[in-house]
Amino acid sequence: MKKWTGLGAAAAVTALMGTAASAQTLVYCSEGSPEGFDPALYTSGTTFDASSRNVYNRLVEFERGTTTTVPGLAESWEVSEDGLEYTFNLRDDVQFQDTEFFTPTRNMNADDVIFSFMRQLDPEHPYHTVSGGTWEYFNGMSMPDLIESIEKVDDHTVKFTLTRPEAPMIANLAMDFASILSKEYADQMMEAGTPEMLNQRPVGTGPFEFVGYQKDAVIRYNQNEDYFRGAAPIENLIFAITPDASVRYQKLQAGECHVMPYPNPADLQAMELDENVNLLQQEGLNVGYLAYNTQVEPFDDPNVRKALNMAIDKQAIIDVVFQGAGTAAKNPLPPTIWGYNEQIKDDPYDPDQARQLLEEAGVEDLSMEIWAMPVQRPYNPNARRMAELLQEDFAKVGVDAEIVSYEWGEYLDRSKDVDREGAVLLGWTGDNGDPDNFLAVLLGCDAVGGSNRAQWCYEPFNDLIMEAKTVSDREQRIELYEEAQRIFKEQAPWATIAHSIVFEPIRPEVQDYKIDPFGGHQFYGVSLAE
Amino acid sequence: MLQFLFKRLLTFVPTFIGVTIISFAFIRLLPGDPILLLAGERGVAPERYAELAAQFGFDQPIWRQYLDYLGGIFQGDLGISFTTKRPVLDEFFTLFPATLELSLCAITLAVIIGIPAGVIAAVNRGKFFDQALMTTALTGYSMPIFWWALLLIIVFSSGLGWTPVSGRMSLMYFFDTPTGFMLIDSLLSGQEGAFRSAVAHLILPTVVLATIPLAVIARQTRSAMLEVLGEDYVRTARAKGLSPLRVNGLHALRNAMIPVVTVIGLSVGTLLAGAILTETIFSWPGIGKWMVDSIFRRDYQVVQGGLLLIATIVMAVNLLVDVLYGMINPKIRK
Repeated sequence: MKKWTGLGAAAAVTALMGTAASAQTLVYCSEGSPEGFDPALYTSGTTFDASSRNVYNRLVEFERGTTTTVPGLAESWEVSEDGLEYTFNLRDDVQFQDTEFFTPTRNMNADDVIFSFMRQLDPEHPYHTVSGGTWEYFNGMSMPDLIESIEKVDDHTVKFTLTRPEAPMIANLAMDFASILSKEYADQMMEAGTPEMLNQRPVGTGPFEFVGYQKDAVIRYNQNEDYFRGAAPIENLIFAITPDASVRYQKLQAGECHVMPYPNPADLQAMELDENVNLLQQEGLNVGYLAYNTQVEPFDDPNVRKALNMAIDKQAIIDVVFQGAGTAAKNPLPPTIWGYNEQIKDDPYDPDQARQLLEEAGVEDLSMEIWAMPVQRPYNPNARRMAELLQEDFAKVGVDAEIVSYEWGEYLDRSKDVDREGAVLLGWTGDNGDPDNFLAVLLGCDAVGGSNRAQWCYEPFNDLIMEAKTVSDREQRIELYEEAQRIFKEQAPWATIAHSIVFEPIRPEVQDYKIDPFGGHQFYGVSLAE
Repeated sequence: MLQFLFKRLLTFVPTFIGVTIISFAFIRLLPGDPILLLAGERGVAPERYAELAAQFGFDQPIWRQYLDYLGGIFQGDLGISFTTKRPVLDEFFTLFPATLELSLCAITLAVIIGIPAGVIAAVNRGKFFDQALMTTALTGYSMPIFWWALLLIIVFSSGLGWTPVSGRMSLMYFFDTPTGFMLIDSLLSGQEGAFRSAVAHLILPTVVLATIPLAVIARQTRSAMLEVLGEDYVRTARAKGLSPLRVNGLHALRNAMIPVVTVIGLSVGTLLAGAILTETIFSWPGIGKWMVDSIFRRDYQVVQGGLLLIATIVMAVNLLVDVLYGMINPKIRK
């Protein structure tokens, strides 16, 4: 830790004072504490920010600020014609970080890649149960069913064999759980009888190396001078853990931090006027929706669903529930994802026509339930309020809605029932930036009784998204997904309500910071103006 | 005195067992399945659910889970956090010094200001100082901590720049924390300015956390003093021509202290509870925020272990207060 104290302390002072300095220190006022530093063990963005996004790399990565995949530790890859074999050619010039607690003796190679996946896949692997590993994301993305085998072809070539063609596999491998850890470090820790250190003192190949963590207070990183893409302009990176959003803003104003996540919606107006703050914004990779149960009368009739969709005043919801920090959704995909169909026209807000459509469908005196989630989510900051607005909108077309709610765990569980009453408010935040992660997970036939809350299995739609899984050509997949979105709009299994807008206030001296569509915070490529 | 102490210690045992039951039951009575909450919108397949339940021991009958928990306690094992996968006891002792340091500073401030203020108010009963003090105390007592803390930050940190906004130590200092008490560790580090930074970071959270106990102590001291000042022996002392300082400070205050000491002891519980909000606002890495987060995540092991530890500390402090009480007032020992 001595590395930091001398150089780092001086750097911190000068950087925080805002004076010219050669050493750059960036302070990020993070919203919470990481649960640990091994990204495969956890699912929260806070943990990923502190680990995978700054300390580790993956075979394939998302280009900064986009959902497009680019080569990472693998410089290239080939997919077999049947779509079952993925062969990755690894870079041979990548070093693991040389830290106070670990000195690598070799470069990153196929052994590290195999270690990083097999510990999650193989129940017999010595690291499988270390740190209470449940490998949530690995399992959540169905990797155990999908991966038949992972083989080392040679020191710099690894082959993944799948049980079925799965085009989103590449995007999956760019996710945080697929970060590559050092087998050499893991072996050393296992030998020393402290395997849990892998989760407490991370060693990766990424742009920043871990220096120290004071629980719930500060995390410190140094620049990795040997980073394979070139050293980061930021030399010292500090996460100052600041759970309260108002306090984060005060710290940003006082120059005690450079970047802060998750501002209070109430502070946004002041931030826009504040000359100490640049307020960046982008649509979030999420969608909030109202899912009808399409297997229960009268919601099995697309015209009824369509009519109710036309009764919803989305702009009022954006204004009241999102306080402006959202945009109305017309597709089940967020606009930041590739494959988003721009051409789709949203159903107009037209209560008169809605009433007429209901009459034509022979629906009279309809009463229904609207389920309101008990928690705040980015895609729905206040479900109760949203449900009340929907209730008023539906009342205007003669539909009597009752609002119900359950404890969150129970809500998620009960809303899966195929014969459930009513329409459910819920949403989704994308995992891997692939349209399949929205359309198949939320609307596919396989997901009925599970994450398909509309219980909607419509063959023409399902055929398209299943075909898109097997095609590796991006343009061809886009066409299939665009068509799928057209069918979705016509059939209206959901009322698509909103995508949140992510705001990211930064200090004016911060250069080249990009909002990550996945909600992460990456500091490689960012610098401070002198 | 020894017998008194022994009797008190005996009552400790059933209370402790009671606390283990309550802490165990409390989090389980809250609706919410930790596995479903962990899975979130993504959901979890039934087979996977069963696997996880077995891994965390949730598939065992409830009495079995309780016995395992109790057995663990006697071996000094409070289990592993569901979220961080680290031992609960380790986490507690990493964070507790921060809470303790803040609470000790707050209670010290509350006592140093509260008692003299209460005495002066009682002696000047009905006069301007008394009325001003009691109004201030009532305001302090009723002030929402959240609002009060933000107000102080806006004025003293952002506005005047006198104190740092939050945290325990300026980011420019970096040293090991063997004791966990920043005031001590900053001195041990030998880094120039570190101690001053630790003090500066303590000021606002201490004031915020001390506000309610200070108000309570001042009011309690005042009313206890008023009662005592009317007693015969005080009148006698005055009649004997003793100086007002001696009458008020020695004769009256000593007797008035009994209820005040009780209030101070009870304030420990209030402080630990108040610490939750104060810690959140000032990004103070203590146990308050840790507990709240764990309740939201239904992290059973942390909540039951944390509650047990906090309750044990409160019980220990109250035991100490009882002993002090016995020392101040020999009648109680009987």
